[in-house]
Amino acid sequence: MNTFIISATVILLLIIFFLLVRVGSLLSILKGSYNKRVGSSNSINAVLFPIFFIVGLALIFWSASKFSEFYLPKPASEHGIITDNLFWIITIIIMIAFVATNVLLFYFPYKYQYKEDRKAFFYPDNHKLEIIWTVIPAIVLTVLVIYGYKTWTDITAPAPKDAVVLEITGKQFNWIVRYPGKDGKLGTYNYKMIDATNEVGIDFSDKLSYDDFLPREIHIPKGKPVQFKIRARDVLHSVFLPHFRQKMDAVPGMPTTFWFTPIYTTDEMKSITGKSDFKYELACTEVCGKGHFGMKFLLVVDEPEDFEKWYSSQEAFLKKNPEYLANIQLDSKNIAIK
Amino acid sequence: MSATATISAHDIHAHEHEHDHHELNFVQKYIFSEDHKVISKQFLISGLIWALIGGGFSILFRLQLGFPDANLEWLKPILGEWIQNGKLDPSFYLALVTMHGTIMVFFVLTAGLSGTFSNFLIPLQIGARDMASGFLNMLSYWFFFVSSMLMFVSLFLETGPASGGWVIYPPLSALPQAMSGSGLGMTLWLCSMAIFIVSSLLGSINYITTIINMRTNGMSFTRLPLTIWAFFITAIIGVLSFPVLFSAALLLVFDRSFGTSFYLSEIYIGGEALHNMGGSPILFQHLFWFLGHPEVYIVLLPALGITSEIIATNSRKPIFGYRAMIGSILGIAFLSFIVWAHHMFITGMNPFLGSVFMFLTLIIAVPSAVKAFNYIATLWRGNIVFTPAMLFSIGLVSLFISGGLTGIILGNSALDIQLHDTYYVVAHFHLVMGSASFFGFMAGVYHWFPKMFGRMMDERLGYVHFWMTFIGVYMVFFPMHYIGIAGFPRRYYSFTSYDAFSTFGDLNMFISVAAIITFSSQMIFGFNFFYSIFKGRRSTQNPWKSNTLEWTTPVNVGHGNWEGEIPSVYRWPYDYSKPGAESDFIPQTVPLNHTPESNLPHEIEDAKSEIIH
Ligand code: HEM
Ligand SMILES: [Cu+2]
Ligand SMILES: [Cu+2]
Repeated sequence: MNTFIISATVILLLIIFFLLVRVGSLLSILKGSYNKRVGSSNSINAVLFPIFFIVGLALIFWSASKFSEFYLPKPASEHGIITDNLFWIITIIIMIAFVATNVLLFYFPYKYQYKEDRKAFFYPDNHKLEIIWTVIPAIVLTVLVIYGYKTWTDITAPAPKDAVVLEITGKQFNWIVRYPGKDGKLGTYNYKMIDATNEVGIDFSDKLSYDDFLPREIHIPKGKPVQFKIRARDVLHSVFLPHFRQKMDAVPGMPTTFWFTPIYTTDEMKSITGKSDFKYELACTEVCGKGHFGMKFLLVVDEPEDFEKWYSSQEAFLKKNPEYLANIQLDSKNIAIK
Repeated sequence: MSATATISAHDIHAHEHEHDHHELNFVQKYIFSEDHKVISKQFLISGLIWALIGGGFSILFRLQLGFPDANLEWLKPILGEWIQNGKLDPSFYLALVTMHGTIMVFFVLTAGLSGTFSNFLIPLQIGARDMASGFLNMLSYWFFFVSSMLMFVSLFLETGPASGGWVIYPPLSALPQAMSGSGLGMTLWLCSMAIFIVSSLLGSINYITTIINMRTNGMSFTRLPLTIWAFFITAIIGVLSFPVLFSAALLLVFDRSFGTSFYLSEIYIGGEALHNMGGSPILFQHLFWFLGHPEVYIVLLPALGITSEIIATNSRKPIFGYRAMIGSILGIAFLSFIVWAHHMFITGMNPFLGSVFMFLTLIIAVPSAVKAFNYIATLWRGNIVFTPAMLFSIGLVSLFISGGLTGIILGNSALDIQLHDTYYVVAHFHLVMGSASFFGFMAGVYHWFPKMFGRMMDERLGYVHFWMTFIGVYMVFFPMHYIGIAGFPRRYYSFTSYDAFSTFGDLNMFISVAAIITFSSQMIFGFNFFYSIFKGRRSTQNPWKSNTLEWTTPVNVGHGNWEGEIPSVYRWPYDYSKPGAESDFIPQTVPLNHTPESNLPHEIEDAKSEIIH
């Protein structure tokens, strides 16, 4: 049935096109417009350009305000405020350039549509004009580069020494997060030690790993720098925190990192956004296979004291999985059990 | 024709005699043809068929994005197992996205656009009987054909075609365990691409040789139409960058099949730790984008060349700033080789390197801006005739500006952190590369159709086609900016599991509907094209009153292009509406001595020393 409807529609359309073309050419033979340079359609096309522009521009402004509540969610990190500012500044600049160039682009076709009795103006070049419109964009861009460069170097500078550190590992198709525990230092890892339980290959011959813990949610303190150490164990992934304006690829065999300072707790965001169920989310933005779109992880920003409480209440991986103690040499077992 | 690059306009006679003697049979004439015009039509038809397939794929995945809850059971007869419980399979979604990108970038906009018009216009516009090597030219098409057949076959594999995105980043593309498309599908992708690169290189070398060696008398480089300049530079970019993709692909083949570790390191997948150590996935990205960025200009420059020609002709004015146009093509070409890492700002690359690439990337906006200004200045005080080709050219300029401007945002590495791999990037490159180049393609087809087939396309259908497409692409791609700013990642099968991305359901539906309408309106073009080949109104010799050489050939161009001697050239191609001249165009073949009334001061000098051939 479907096939029939589709083929019938196609055939009908073909017939309509055919008739349109036939009738059209007969008409123009009748009117003798084959001998003219342009037909009446020329002025119709000429008018359509400015109309297109005006209606289009109106739609742009209308939609930009209609959707403004959705796009660019409130930045929740220190640098996010700066980059958002930069984003809007440049957006305004390019909107000005957009409108200025398009006004001319769509007005000229209307204004200079073909007239039998007019001759176009022979105007092959004008060096002064060309220099001006090369130099102006160059200057504007230089300013933008400088501004962007400063912001970029600030964001990508090495993390402060006192930053809260955590490790996040991407795998098909979820994330595994590891905190360093009480000693504040992550133990080493080796991908050959990965198994079904020890999913990130923690190397328990390293004493620093004894107190590492792997929670189901990320918690970070408000107002303190937080450093993510990022890696992947199978294919590329990418850690994306839309609210914090942070993103970094997770690369197998090449650890990467970013850091930022959160400025709103989850609770504060609830009242800011007016959503009682607001949650910070982490998404994967590098295609990694079938389940790429489902690699969500939750993140909570706590007040520093709550964070401390949460942190010390977490149980170390070794405590939960004592079978890994077997791999540890006797003399250090005592430390590990503690 | 076996003669190589040394052939010149003076050898014509010997040449004429050679092929008067034997009639070509059907196979030589239409299949393994060495005539550049036939080859260009082969590229054109193949490109259009691929555009239909590639465009159709995008409609399928837009259905999923716009109507996540719809029942797609009715597609089962076509898609079979890829529809599960009335839903598109997520793996298949990725396969569709990957194939759409690959097909559009390489088969439609590289082979289809550049292959068609470089082949068709280079000999005709520089005044040559054919390409330097007709044989290599034929090989170029048939390599492309084989390459595209391999890709086509991969669509029917049980494990699916390559699915890791058109950029095929390893390790995903290197490990069959990682996704089903990385098995045989990926092998075929790599074979297909390797053969495609051979095709592209054969073509490019031919274009370069032909342009350098086979220009007719008087056709100096400063008298070349901008189309030829664009094809020339495009070919050079291709020759320099495609081999790098070839090596990237070759190393990937080694990693996949021979146990090397160029791109692989410390991987645990499918329950086992692989032996590979010390490789770098980032290396692949560097190699890929070293081609990948120039590739976007390989796609765009021919379209810009085509529009330069069409806008000048139909504004009845010289192109504004001919030399600046050439300069900006050269500038863009040079810069396009040193900006590739702007696709990699957040791969963990050294941040300082990121700053360098940010700086270089933003420089490229300057020559791009110059081109846009020059187009607008060409329209100013013109006497504009709106042929469908002209409409598409003006559309191209608009799309080029809209898409180019967001490049300035993306080029700023600090902003790219948020926008990378979101729909903002999708909006950016579909406007500036996808749509703009497609518009150039369409403009070219409408403009040179009379020369190709001796008949005219229907103008009214052309107008309808243009307006529907123009409005359509803006409706599809403009709203994607909003979705991208909100952080929606690209290549997502569904957004519903995220709170942050659960808005915009309506907008996604709107985009999908717009996409379907835009795609359907291409059928108007398809009808017009095929109908006009057989039934279109017969064309006159120079329907657009254009200056360039191709319009001095007979309406139905034969083998060898000109019946008598190849005409000589005495002026640049943009003498439109010259003060003093009676007609509003003076073809390149008219000597300055014949137009004393309109010669400019420096031309009066030139006319004195002019030798008429
Ligand atoms: C004004 C000049 C331009 C600048 C500054 C610019 C900048 C950028 C940047 C920084 C990206 C990477 C965004 C990301 O992935 O996060 C990008 C992506 C892209 N640009 Fe541009 N661009 C410009 C013009 C163009 C032009 C003229 C084309 C094509 C003809 C183009 C085609 C593309 C494509 C295809 C991608 C995306 C590739 C992918 O990830 O699949 N750009 N551009
Ligand atoms: Cu992913
Ligand atoms: Cu690029």
